[in-house]
Amino acid sequence: MSNLRADCFEVFRILLPKVGHRTFVPIRDTLPHSNPMTASILFFVLAIVAIAAALGMLISRNPVNSALWLILNLFCVAGLYLTVNAEFIAVIQVLVYAGAIMVLFLFVIMLLNLAALPDLKRIEWRRIIAFMLGMGLLAMLMFVVASSLDMLPDPVSLETAASTGSASELAKVLFTRYAMPLEIIGILLLAATIGAVVIAKRKPV
Amino acid sequence: MEITLNWYLTLSALLFTMGVLGFLFRRNAIVMLMCVELMLNSVNISLVALSQAMGDTAGQVLVFFVMSVAAAEAAVGLALVIAIFRNKLTIDVTQINLFKY
Repeated sequence: MSNLRADCFEVFRILLPKVGHRTFVPIRDTLPHSNPMTASILFFVLAIVAIAAALGMLISRNPVNSALWLILNLFCVAGLYLTVNAEFIAVIQVLVYAGAIMVLFLFVIMLLNLAALPDLKRIEWRRIIAFMLGMGLLAMLMFVVASSLDMLPDPVSLETAASTGSASELAKVLFTRYAMPLEIIGILLLAATIGAVVIAKRKPV
Repeated sequence: MEITLNWYLTLSALLFTMGVLGFLFRRNAIVMLMCVELMLNSVNISLVALSQAMGDTAGQVLVFFVMSVAAAEAAVGLALVIAIFRNKLTIDVTQINLFKY
């Protein structure tokens, strides 16, 4: 049994930048016996798979395929959260997004028994304008990212990054400083649940 | 090569643009809702990356709230889709034009 655990630990030690005794090491940190290339490779693999999955979601005709691509994308984003040491958010991402929300989507798709929509025969000007709008938005976002290249905050130390991503630190601030928003979010979720039931209910004729 | 905050912000911008494009291009209402989820997710990436780079938990608390609102939005949006499908027998948004005339 302990042999299996040691094997699993070894696999994680190879796959991830470095497994400390509790948290993952932030990606910009170069540690004594961690391979500095591994961190970059991990980021690039996850980012490329995330973008490819998003593309697959956009171009697949069947909504079920779209949902499955989006689930792959959400898992990659969870991996990206791990590379910046945000372990609590990574777990929540898998539980809430990939677990709950996407199951809801798949459930509705299968409930409605949808087929792929028929192709449009003519070229729509709306779509060309939409494409140009999207490219304009991308150019603006890239301009903002590029113009802030030399204004980035100094990265904090490894210990701080590891502690701010942990569940205990987040819980401390969530239940003290952000206690009121937390309650309001609870009420919002209740209202959304009741609203969803009322909207989707079959109306008495 | 060292991965800095800019890579995360760039990835976030790319995914957000893809979400916007999907929302504008697709006609299936459920896929449009999925594109909204993609956009919310890409914003979460930049929030988490900035929060971890600055050592401040506030960004991740905000991500927590964004996820809750996304869950509420998905529930209500899918309920609306079901209600529309019951009336119109389609979820093609070009066919749903009740308010147009």
